[in-house]
Amino acid sequence: MATAKETILRRIRRATRDVPEGERPEDVPVERGYLLRDEGTREEIVARFAENVAEYRATVRRVAGDELRSAIREALERRGVRRLVVPEDLPEDWVPEGVEALRDGPGSRLTNEELDASDGVLTGCSLGIAQTGTIVLDAGPGQGRRALTLLPDYHLCVVREEQVVGLVPEAFARLEATVREKGRAITFVSGPSATSDIELNRVEGVHGPRTLEVLVVRGRPPAGTG
Amino acid sequence: MTLKARRPDAFSPGRTPPFEETAKESLADAQLRRNLGKATQTIRRKRAAAVGEMPDWEALREAGRALKTRVMRHLDEYLLRLEESVTRAGGTVHWTRDAGEANEIVAGIVKGHGAREVVKVKSIATDEIKLNEHLEREGIKVHETDLAELIIQLAGEESSHILVPAIHKNRAEIRELFLRKLGVEGLSDDPADLTEAARLYLRERFLSAKVGISGANFAVAETGTVCVVESEGNGRMCTTLPEVLVTLMGIEKVIPSWRDFEVFMQLLPRSSTAERMNPYTSFWTGVSEGDGPQEFHLVLLDNGRTNVLEDERGRQALNCIRCSACLNVCPVYERTGGHAYNSVYPGPIGAILTPQLVGIGRDPGPDSLPWASSLCGACYEVCPVKINIPEVLIHLRGKVTRHKQDRGGLSAKLNPENAAMRAMARVFSDPRLYELAQKAARVGQWPLARGGSIRHLPGRLAGWTEVRDLKPVPRQTFREWWRESRGEG
Repeated sequence: MATAKETILRRIRRATRDVPEGERPEDVPVERGYLLRDEGTREEIVARFAENVAEYRATVRRVAGDELRSAIREALERRGVRRLVVPEDLPEDWVPEGVEALRDGPGSRLTNEELDASDGVLTGCSLGIAQTGTIVLDAGPGQGRRALTLLPDYHLCVVREEQVVGLVPEAFARLEATVREKGRAITFVSGPSATSDIELNRVEGVHGPRTLEVLVVRGRPPAGTG
Repeated sequence: MTLKARRPDAFSPGRTPPFEETAKESLADAQLRRNLGKATQTIRRKRAAAVGEMPDWEALREAGRALKTRVMRHLDEYLLRLEESVTRAGGTVHWTRDAGEANEIVAGIVKGHGAREVVKVKSIATDEIKLNEHLEREGIKVHETDLAELIIQLAGEESSHILVPAIHKNRAEIRELFLRKLGVEGLSDDPADLTEAARLYLRERFLSAKVGISGANFAVAETGTVCVVESEGNGRMCTTLPEVLVTLMGIEKVIPSWRDFEVFMQLLPRSSTAERMNPYTSFWTGVSEGDGPQEFHLVLLDNGRTNVLEDERGRQALNCIRCSACLNVCPVYERTGGHAYNSVYPGPIGAILTPQLVGIGRDPGPDSLPWASSLCGACYEVCPVKINIPEVLIHLRGKVTRHKQDRGGLSAKLNPENAAMRAMARVFSDPRLYELAQKAARVGQWPLARGGSIRHLPGRLAGWTEVRDLKPVPRQTFREWWRESRGEG
């Protein structure tokens, strides 16, 4: 008896018998006539990123490299964060004094309950997309595994200006190697978790972090930021 | 609208009532029409703005259409590539011919891990195969985690919209439901309060679930990457926290390469929720060591999709990326809502997808759907992958009608609608007969017209009003008015 796989493939081949024998998938034309690059200046692109992130009701602050640490401290103080989840490879001096760092890495995994009971999480990111106000996490340096940015109710994310790309196609192009070579999971975050399921009223914060705060850093931040 | 019991839909056994029958019930529900009207108008306005800021929108639509066309013409090859890349990345691929096979495979995986509960992120494909019912029968408790899905699951109802399944329920109804089913007290009807109640209820489920179940928006043949697009974070929870992840996807959801996300991830959010980007999108490639589920199963589902593929003109229905823009612009959907379609795929796209998935001539419900449209074309205009829905609707009307004639023999020739069409053709071709018929109609209609419409025509003409109401003939015809005002004949 034919397996399900054989049956489905046979059905598909019968259903597409109108397709000429020698046609290859690539022979079906796909015209990519859409925009591939944002031709704006760096400053325009970064400003658009900050503006679009803020439109999702996330807090955005642009800071100079040497202001980063104080900006982190202020944000955590304002929020009242005491127990802060951080990926193991996050620069140590990013965590202000008086805040307990709950480090997570391959050698020492926090449990889901510990993540859930924390006051927030601090990470870097892989990319920012100006066009859509999106932060991209790819489990690369300073980001940690996916659960870290999911269970805590507050996410403070550091984006370096040079990580911001203009358009969506630029982001997928930059991520291609990560997917192909490392197969790492990728998460796009555009504002805090939200729902419009009840009478289409937008409510921020369902299951992901209800508060997203973004620091966009200009110039070189302190050493080792990945 | 309160549905006492789940009625059979196009994908469950038994006869499904035709659209015109269920549409009448929906139309009589004033609350439903108010909720729907407000919702669809809001989304329409927002979508227009989100699309309006894209100078290259038409080029993106064209690329989306072309990519999907390429996939459908070579679906066998892309599925084989997908299987290979998912397997290489540490996942397991299962091929399933129909709902029964898919349900058994999923239940088998869950039971194999000794799990009695699963968390699940909204997936229409799982609704299509009635996965929840199957798992419940196998003693597995399913927690729907999308807020709207939770609402309708608690209410024991069916989704009425692809994107906003509880679009037919207002806040007061939801509050009442949560008080009754979630055991919470002192709840207001503020959407923020209601959402918080759901957050607390579901958090415990996420933390303890061993198996997660999801659908897929896209899966990349080249890399094996699977993608779930969402807003609430429940998708991230379900695809990240459990040890085992099972993803069910229709075979038509495969896309060629990673790069193609640059097209679909622009088209989908703006068309769907009218946002530049939805809050969360998860992309995973097999399993990643130390990050997320360490066991991943991708279940590929045919369940009629190869039937759809068989029809060269109808095939484009498979290009759908489930954005629901066509629902929101449809004048018919706006008034009847989703339940009238008796299918997990409502609205214009449902009207061409459902009858093709289940097969023409098998069930009066799906067969009636190609007529659930005024053919105004708004759905085609907003479709992000340019599915020509009106064209397929007309094509399917022809198929359904031919099927009835072929099967019916003499009785089909005497079929009231067919006979009525033939009689009308004679009258319309002769001006004298036409005017006489108008006069006769005006005199003859008085026993039929009620409240501005004629719902039932007598005798052989009954076929016409079986599927539509008729406006009564006016007191004066255009021809009479013309003669009178011009004083000539």
